Amino acid sequence: MITKSIENIGFWTVEKIERIGRIFIFLFRGLFHIFTFPWQVLKIVEHTWFIGTKSMMVIMLTGIFTGMVLGLQGYYTLVKFGSEGMLGSAVALTLIRELGPVLTAIMITARAGSAIAAEIGVMRISEQIDALETMSIDPVRFIFSPRIVAAVISFPMLTALFDVIGILGGYITGSLLLGINGGIYIYRVTESVVMADVTGGFVKSLVFAIVVTTVCCSQGYFTHLQTRGGFGAKGVSFSTTNAVVNSCVLILVFDYVITYLLL
Amino acid sequence: MKSPLIEFVDVKKSFGNNHVMQGVNLSIYEDEISVVIGKSGSGKSVLLKHIIGLMQQDSGSVLFNGDDISSMSRREKKEFKKKFSYMFQENALFDSMNIYENIALPLTETSLFSKQEIREKVEMRIEQLEIQGTASKYPAQLSGGMKKRVALARALVTEPSIVLFDEPTTGLDPVRKNGVHAMIKSYQQMFGFTAVIVSHEIPDIFEIAQRVAMLEKGKIIFQGSSKEIMDCDIDDVSSFISGKGDFTDY
Repeated sequence: MITKSIENIGFWTVEKIERIGRIFIFLFRGLFHIFTFPWQVLKIVEHTWFIGTKSMMVIMLTGIFTGMVLGLQGYYTLVKFGSEGMLGSAVALTLIRELGPVLTAIMITARAGSAIAAEIGVMRISEQIDALETMSIDPVRFIFSPRIVAAVISFPMLTALFDVIGILGGYITGSLLLGINGGIYIYRVTESVVMADVTGGFVKSLVFAIVVTTVCCSQGYFTHLQTRGGFGAKGVSFSTTNAVVNSCVLILVFDYVITYLLL
Repeated sequence: MKSPLIEFVDVKKSFGNNHVMQGVNLSIYEDEISVVIGKSGSGKSVLLKHIIGLMQQDSGSVLFNGDDISSMSRREKKEFKKKFSYMFQENALFDSMNIYENIALPLTETSLFSKQEIREKVEMRIEQLEIQGTASKYPAQLSGGMKKRVALARALVTEPSIVLFDEPTTGLDPVRKNGVHAMIKSYQQMFGFTAVIVSHEIPDIFEIAQRVAMLEKGKIIFQGSSKEIMDCDIDDVSSFISGKGDFTDY
């Protein structure tokens, strides 16, 4: 009984180490092939369109309502201390430092990350990835590398969009609905935000881009190796769920680590 | 005596407790159509994937022109793979690409041909395989038979010297099935490649096969010509060909 338990723990540990190793090798191969000839410019543009441009609407919607809620909550908290004039600072700093990069990454994971994992998972179970190998096409280069570049381009730009729209949302509730002077709101925003805040948010969005793409692409790519969720269509659905859950958890973990390092 | 182009020497492969190949010995000769038959799940596709390196054997060797494939360097393997094309059971066409892009893919990704040269090569294959008018369509818009032709066009566009067919007639009606067999035979004669076909279309596949091997319980239990297999007196072979035998392991 005890031997069996130890054996199971051993198998579990080895399996986890193997899986982590596989993902790291996958990531390094993907990063390496960004720089190998011929450049995959067209594919990068296509994926930037899919990850970036097509996510704009959802990012703007999330951004405006997040900013509006922050404006609302911030106003009723600050008014207790008679410092509702600080609302612009509170909204802008919260968005640029934390909520902007994190919520943008989570929204892109939900919209594009899940689709990527499912698409690659289907490619795996329908032998399209094997077909690439038989044609001497490196599947990691073909599938993963252009998506990393597209994500690295899209994430910071969408984060910036989220921040700007969010600040506008705070202005709508704080100034237009609750009566704070608009000039003061804008003044507080420009006065309190420094370059380090913007850089910090930018660094976070870059890290999240690599984390989300790696997790989503690897989950799809290794669909055939996971056995817990079932094979075939069930395997793809399991990989997609895993991709979204793992990405979201890792976004929050990396957010804490980067914040700790930057402060 | 003719020496084999591809040779399996005591190849073993297991997936956990499932011992798919238990010492396979098989010879495949140049410019011939070789067919591997066997029951569903007997490991025919696994055998085919070992030839092109999609799977690695646990023990034994797969030789190409006498050289062990597993001991080839990366560069040698790359050159070796260029000689092959693989036609998958379910075609493995890329759903998000149109037919032209699917056929052109091996050239656009791996060769240094100009766009014009690629276009010429693809159009030539489209014409030869009689799939004109499909270039801008997507795989989902084609019938099963047309998809097979597209898959074959993609397999042939790189002018390979060896083409591996994994159950090329799965899911086709008898007429289309015979059409695919005839197509393989005529293109093999036209382009002169070595064909290895995994199939359980018996006896139709014998019409085009020059050499037949049967895989049973992880071993090759018969190798010979189509005529020889029809006259074979090994119980497992004759019962399989006649469609009789023990069904308990299905």
